[in-house]
Amino acid sequence: MSKLLEVKNLRASYGQVRVLHGLNFSLEEGGVTTLLGANGAGKTTTLRAICGMVKCSGEILFEGKNILGKSTEDVARLGVAHIPEGRGTFTRMTVEENLQLGAISRRDTQNIPKDIDKMFDHFPRLKQRRTQQAGTLSGGEQQMLAIARALMLRPRLMLLDEPSFGLAPLVVKEMFEILTALNREEKASMLIVEQNAALALGIADEAYLLETGSIVMSGPAKQIGADENVRRSYLGY
Amino acid sequence: MSAHEETVVHHDIGESPEGAERLIAKPAAPEAKAGLQLRHFVFVALLVLAFVLPAFTKNFVVFQLTQTMVYAIAIVGLNLLTGFNGQFSLGHSAFYAVGAYTAAILMEQAGLSYVWTLPVAGIICFILGFLFGLPALRLEGVYLALATFALAAATPQILKLSPLEHWTGGVQGIVITKPDAPFGLPLNQDQWLYYFTLIVGLILYLAARNLVTSRTGRALMAIRDNPIAARSMGVNTSLYKASAFGLSAFYTGVAGALGAIIVQFVAPDSFTLTLSIGFLVGLVVGGVGWLPGALFGGAFLLFVPNIAENVSKGLSGAVYGLLLIAIIYVMPSGLAGFLQLIVSKVRGK
Repeated sequence: MSKLLEVKNLRASYGQVRVLHGLNFSLEEGGVTTLLGANGAGKTTTLRAICGMVKCSGEILFEGKNILGKSTEDVARLGVAHIPEGRGTFTRMTVEENLQLGAISRRDTQNIPKDIDKMFDHFPRLKQRRTQQAGTLSGGEQQMLAIARALMLRPRLMLLDEPSFGLAPLVVKEMFEILTALNREEKASMLIVEQNAALALGIADEAYLLETGSIVMSGPAKQIGADENVRRSYLGY
Repeated sequence: MSAHEETVVHHDIGESPEGAERLIAKPAAPEAKAGLQLRHFVFVALLVLAFVLPAFTKNFVVFQLTQTMVYAIAIVGLNLLTGFNGQFSLGHSAFYAVGAYTAAILMEQAGLSYVWTLPVAGIICFILGFLFGLPALRLEGVYLALATFALAAATPQILKLSPLEHWTGGVQGIVITKPDAPFGLPLNQDQWLYYFTLIVGLILYLAARNLVTSRTGRALMAIRDNPIAARSMGVNTSLYKASAFGLSAFYTGVAGALGAIIVQFVAPDSFTLTLSIGFLVGLVVGGVGWLPGALFGGAFLLFVPNIAENVSKGLSGAVYGLLLIAIIYVMPSGLAGFLQLIVSKVRGK
């Protein structure tokens, strides 16, 4: 397998405060990688750095090309779909319009309706709500809409920021089942940032542990999950 | 703007046609098909009404209706920027002024036909708007409002500058010759300009409608609702926002040119901040983000100050203020929200 994303010596700061102290990590094509860590560890900042939303230094290679310093929209056009925390739903538009927005930078407009139908197959609940204003959806439905909308970009890589945030346990379970299926069927590579370490380790191939802006541990997800320290600090048993 | 004073009939002219369309225009998706046909029917009926109206009304009323449409075009332009793209502007009087002066100078000094002054005015304003929109990208909300305020404040003085006097006529302004109806049509000048404005307005309105329902329109609204999410879907927000500014200025510039032609006169003090605020008021009372509301907004902008003056000469400003507050109280989200409420009440029963 080839490397889809390689991050080298990534540093970022907000004003005077340095948030990332030289991260190194990489993502396999077609795989699911998770970035674990407590509040304030720098997980969200890492995702934002990849999609050009924060100033940073170092190297971010996407398919071998440095994308550091590119604008957010250019990174998206290369096929990196960012699903931000809080979902970024367009509340005043309908579910379908939200999905169409996801495909707005695509040139192959003739395939878009087909892809929308495909999303409705993956997320039957969204189909029921097709013409409903997205702001009236439940939290779980909005998260599903955010994922479906990101898929409309036909991304090579999906960046998911806390997909389980604020959702009921049952909904979270359903969501992760869908993510697993999407990874398999749509061949979408994923980088998932999560506080819910048990869930994330459950679907990930590789895992990185982030503490106050540095990676302190990395390896196959199974191995990380079995580590005693990780278990105690992040899994709680 | 209007040099005339009296007020007549206005309300049922300014409000009812578009009002009626609104009632039909909003039904939700389930009945989309039937609603669509009905809406088209109403649209055509209103159009027919608009076409026959000048035959039954006095010249002065025709002039007022024309002015209403001119304001409506400017408000549609502002709506594209504010209602659909979420950018504020207190500077649209400047674009209106540039459009008006472009028409006046081209007609009186270059001898260009009035028809051709419209696209020229529009393109000049598009370029100016786009260029102004670029630095404005860094400004949001109230800061953008302040920057555009500066534009509005500076414009009348720039128009009075002595180095430009040769072109602009300085404080005196420029008097324009009113065009006659072409092709030997049996219409007087006011009637012809009414039809001319109606056709131009219709084209611009339909273009705006198409735009907001297109992919581009969705991108504009995405930027308005959530700029960060829009960017992470690959929308080039800078380009869209600057273009929205340019397009908005285009509409306002064309309106300015039309306004100059029908009033037959341009002078710096017609284009002060008051006009900018007037556009904003018209936008809000018509309904932010609802295009047909512009016609109501235009009528409001033209007639309500006159009504206020009729009520009390000395306190017209205060009366205007009270009327405005009353309208905002009754229709907090403009005519658009008001009609939506009525429709949902009727449907509820």
